[in-house]
Parts: sequence; C-alpha cells; structure tokens
Amino acid sequence: MKKLLLGDEAIALGAIYAGLSGVYAYPGTPSTEITEFIQKDPLARERGIRSRWCTNEKTAMEAALGMSYAGKRALVCMKHVGMNVCADAFVNSAITGVNGGLVVLAADDPSMHSSQNEQDSRFYGKFAMIPIFEPSTQQEAFKMMGEAFDLSEKMGVPVLFRVVTRLAHSRAAVEIGELKDQNNFNPSSGKGWVLLPGIARRQYVALIGKQAAMAAAAEESKHNRLEEIPDQVGDDKKDGRAPLGVIACGIAYNYVCEAGAQNVLKVSQYPLPEKKIKELAARSQSILVVEDGQPVVEQDVKAILGAGYKVEGRLTGKLPRTGELNPDNVAAALGKATGKGFPQAANLAARPPQLCPGCGHRDVYNALNKVAAEYPGARVYGDIGCYTLGALPPFQTLSSCVDMGASITMAKGAADAGLFPAIAIIGDSTFTHSGMTGLLDAVNDHSNITVIISDNLTTAMTGGQDSAGTCKFEAICLGLGVEPEHLHVVNPIAPNMEAITQLIRKEIDYNGVSVIIPRRECMQTLRRHSKK
Amino acid sequence: MKTDIILCGVGGQGILSIATVIGEAATAAGLQLKQAEVHGMSQRGGDVQSDLRLSTEEIHSDLIPRGHADLIISMEPMEALRYIPFLSPDGAIVTSSKPFVNIPNYPAEDAVIAELEALPHVLKYDIESLAREAGNPKGANMVLLGMAARFLGIFKPEQLRAAIASIFAAKGDAIVEANCKCFDLGYELQQ
Repeated sequence: MKKLLLGDEAIALGAIYAGLSGVYAYPGTPSTEITEFIQKDPLARERGIRSRWCTNEKTAMEAALGMSYAGKRALVCMKHVGMNVCADAFVNSAITGVNGGLVVLAADDPSMHSSQNEQDSRFYGKFAMIPIFEPSTQQEAFKMMGEAFDLSEKMGVPVLFRVVTRLAHSRAAVEIGELKDQNNFNPSSGKGWVLLPGIARRQYVALIGKQAAMAAAAEESKHNRLEEIPDQVGDDKKDGRAPLGVIACGIAYNYVCEAGAQNVLKVSQYPLPEKKIKELAARSQSILVVEDGQPVVEQDVKAILGAGYKVEGRLTGKLPRTGELNPDNVAAALGKATGKGFPQAANLAARPPQLCPGCGHRDVYNALNKVAAEYPGARVYGDIGCYTLGALPPFQTLSSCVDMGASITMAKGAADAGLFPAIAIIGDSTFTHSGMTGLLDAVNDHSNITVIISDNLTTAMTGGQDSAGTCKFEAICLGLGVEPEHLHVVNPIAPNMEAITQLIRKEIDYNGVSVIIPRRECMQTLRRHSKK
Repeated sequence: MKTDIILCGVGGQGILSIATVIGEAATAAGLQLKQAEVHGMSQRGGDVQSDLRLSTEEIHSDLIPRGHADLIISMEPMEALRYIPFLSPDGAIVTSSKPFVNIPNYPAEDAVIAELEALPHVLKYDIESLAREAGNPKGANMVLLGMAARFLGIFKPEQLRAAIASIFAAKGDAIVEANCKCFDLGYELQQ
C-alpha cells in the first residue's frame, strides 16, 4: 500500500507501525504535524496511543522516559530549539538508559524559516553519545522509525531522529510496511535509573562501553552506503584516485543525486562510519562534505582523516556557511552547471507575515504603543508566538524575542537594573511552557514589571493546538503570588480599548508585579469552530 | 518526462488546494511526485510557495533547481514575479492579474503587469471576478488550475477534472460541480 505523506506524517505512521504506545510533544515548526497525525489517525486511536500535547519539551521528554521505563515504546517530538528545553532530561536519559524503545525526534530548521536560530541537533546526539538517524526521503523516514526503536532497545539507549524542514514539510509517496505489536507492560526493576553519583558513575562507564557497538552498527548499516565507483569517474584519475569523493548526509543526498555526482558515501546513521569514510578517502584525492545545518560531520571527517587530507564543505566556503542547502548551491560546490533562470524581477517587495485581520494581539499592541509612548524609557519584551510579529510594522512594539518565556524574565532583569517601565508580553501557551517560573521569580523579588498574557485560547502560530493552561491562568497567577488587585482579565475588543489602555497605565504605575490578561479567541480557531 | 511547478501566492489564498488536486491527479496517473510545502510563520499573510515536482522517473531533490520550473501557477501577479529566477527559459506563467495589496510598499500595479507581460508565455486573468460571476467566489484557485491545464502536458484535462471530483467528493456533488465549472471556465480562457 502506498500513501502520499508529508515527511512528518511518514515519521508518525512509521512510529505507529513500529508499535508506539505514546507520543509526547510540544508544537513547534517543522515538527508539529507528527503529533497531529497521531492524534487523528484511526489506527493510533484503536491502539490507545497517548498523544495529547505536553506543556513543554522537558515534560514531554521525561514522560516519554517514564513510558520507556514501563517497557513501552515512546516518541518525543520537537523543533530543534526544543532540544535546549529538554536537554537535561535528554542527556541524562542516555545515562539511565531505556527499557522500552525511546526515540527523540528533532526537526531542525536551517534557514530559520520559522525559528530564531539554525542549531544542529546532531550535536546533541554526539553530546549524549547516542545513535542518530537522519533520513533522506519520506520513505526512509517511515522505515527508519521502526529501526530506530529496534536499535534503541538493542543498545539500551534513546535514539535521536533528526530531520530538517525540507523533509518534514515535503510530500512524497510512501510504501507502508508491516504493522508491529505494541510492547507489553514491563516496568524496569533496574537500579540504574537512580542517578546518584555512585550509580551515575557506573552508568556513564556503561554508556561509554556501548559506544563500540553503536559504531559497529553504523558501520554495518545499509543507510551508510558507499556507492560503487563508476568507470567514467576514472577519466581524470590521478594515481588511481578519483578527483572528488562526496559525503552526503540526510537530505543533502537528494541534492547530490540531483546534480548527478558520483563517488558518493551516503550517511544516514551515526556515529560516523569511520571505515567507510577512510575507504572513500583512499580512493579520492579530496572530500566534499555536504550536510544541511552546521558543519558537524565536516569537523569529524577532518579529525578522522588528519590535517594532510583535503576536506571541503561549509567551513572552507565551498558551501555557504549559513542557510539551508538547495540543488543550486550543492551543484555549484560539486562544480556542476547550474540552471539559468530569469534575472530577479524589478517590481518586487518583500511580503512578511503579519497578524491576521481582527486578531486580538493587534488591539493589545495598539494599546501598548499608546501607553509606551507616554514613557520615554519604556521597553516591551516579547516572546515566541504569533505576537512576535508585533516587532514588525505597523506596531514595532518589541525590544526583544529570545526564547520561550524570556519576556517575563528579561523584563524582570531590566527592571532590577532600573529600567522603567519594563513590560513583558507573552502568549498563553508560551506562558505555561516557560513563563510561570519566571513570574514566580518576579513575585518573590517584588520586581516592578507589568506582564501582559495575551490569551487567544490556543497555540496559534503552529496552527491552533490546544494550550495547556486554558481556563487556568487566573488560578496559576494567584497561586504564584500575584496580588489579586493587580491581576486583571479583559476582553480586547474596540469598545473596551479605552478602559484597557487606562488599566495598563495604572498597572505600570504600580510598583510591583502586575498581570493583565487580554483574552479573546484566535481568529483562525474561531473560524474553524464557527464552521462546525 | 518531468514537470516542475512552482505554486505561489499569499498565505490563505488556497495554493495548497491546487497542489492537492494536482497531487491527486499525479497519484492516479502513477507518476512520481515530490511537493515541498510552506507551513508555519509565513502562512500569516506572507508570501507562500510550494515546489511541486512530477515525473515518470525517480525525483531526487524536493526543491526545484534555479531555471528548471516548467510552470509558475500564482494567485497573485507580484508573487509570480518573485519566482522567475526558477522559471526555465521556455517556461510559462499562469497567474491572477489582480494584486493583493497588504503591504505599504507594493510596487505600482502597471509596472508589475508590464514586467509580467514582457516575459514569454504568460497567461493572466482576473480569476476572482470570473469565479464570483460563476457563483463560486471560493473557486478562483480552480479557475487558475483550469488556466494551467493547457501547460500541464503531463495530464489530460479530464484527469485534473477527475482529481477535483475526488478531492471535493466529501463536500457533496454541488461543490464538486461548482469547482469543475470554475476549472472549465479557466481552461477555456484564450491567451
């Protein structure tokens, strides 16, 4: 049976077919569709696969580890920066080891289509010393998911599954394989889960002891394929060596094939297959490493082959240092002719994304701008979500956007330094993801900040997923110690805006923590709900 | 045989629906297909684009190389211009002629149209008005697909019509008919 699937959907279906019992995730482009697919899939429902959204990537990672402890197969999904949020649990899950198979999926976003950086999750895999899978195609993504679970159980460690935007959000036909049974409930009784120093030291030695087996598995893996060297490559051979060997990782392999390169080592499973790399090097005069993201493999290959061997890639400028790969920059690096299109059009303007017409964030920004203009020192610290677009015209309200939750804590730090008025704006889902702890710090310090939780009752930027704190915000803020007289819920519609503007003024002038919660449903989810 | 198509427009204009219909036709015809989509931030009123590659042979790259697109299908005239570096020298552009102005620095409309007209093989029309007159204002994208059909040599028009029927089947016969009608109106437009 063949199905037309997004890369994300192929990953989801691959996990379901591999006997998954639970997916744990926080929405984040380009990973969101994996969990959404599992939530809607009839087979997943029939199998009782746990799939509700988590509060953040750390809670997701820990819950998945708990499911693995109980013997079942669990999947954690996130965008690349989510790896930073769950890093503590992630790195330590390699030390505890796993019982049921545990796969951690990180969807990287080279070129930052919807992200604030282009960090490469493969560094995390190396850091935690666990195997990494990096599929090139949707078909491979489906198949590899099952293999990743098998390898996780065989090695007793989590496996990192790394994809990039272009695979996650590209559609192709996928042949669906065999459906596996789910694991039986079988909780671990091992002591290795208690990472007290004495035990952790033993566990760490055990993890290092597994490295040789992981390397051997990658060396033998059919996903690390040294292609036969075709005769025509021999035309300009020097001392029997082809002029160029190519190491193509993950999706880069597609661009290398598109350009018609030969003498290629395809890499889709890590740790790196050192023997195959040395074999390629022995039959080539130099090596070009083609990898999407950061030069992780290029650095390692340099170390493997030594300073005397010529290795090129993103570090040497053969490929661009930043941004995603594409068929054109890869063809150019391979010395192949690139296509000639028309020159760029003259009558062209950038069309950045913007807040939807009627969106409640618009009203909030208009009110904030009005009040902020009255205070020469005012700064508004932003956060991650649709409302980050408040940094762009026509609003240009925001002074910062760093990471999930940073609005409140940056406002607090700036206020500590004497900045006034320090205002934070954060969305409802981002607040429960990582804003609550910062608000507790501010309350405990009696910081002079005004926090706007712009509540649209959903996780809007990623397409309208449920938000963990809906209906709980007043209780959360009060529980954290916000004073009831400085906690306000308002409805940001035109007739109320004058009063809301006045309220913002009043709370700015209060010397302490104030929280204003403008609450109005997202226009996108409203339209969806009214259709039903 | 291969056909590389760039679909483009502004977030919310329905370019992914066109992609879905072509994808359905391609699957029914047993063609290979790869389609890179835009999800996430750009969908909020920004420019959106999708690379759709069809072939009788294996397709490697999810993205279309520069100068290789056989066809640009655009819901908006300036957005069609954005991707001409990807258009092959003998490629065609099928586009709505009506600007969607949601930015303060949108170029002069006449200049956009003139630049489009200076390119070879351009078919443009006010598809929104045509769809509205046909009583199906949401069918502008199907008018555009109809216009594109003459450049999609890899399919017969009947195959695309059948794909529309299958994609919209769940919404009932009236919706299928309204969309097929829009497709036909687009197909009958002369250059």
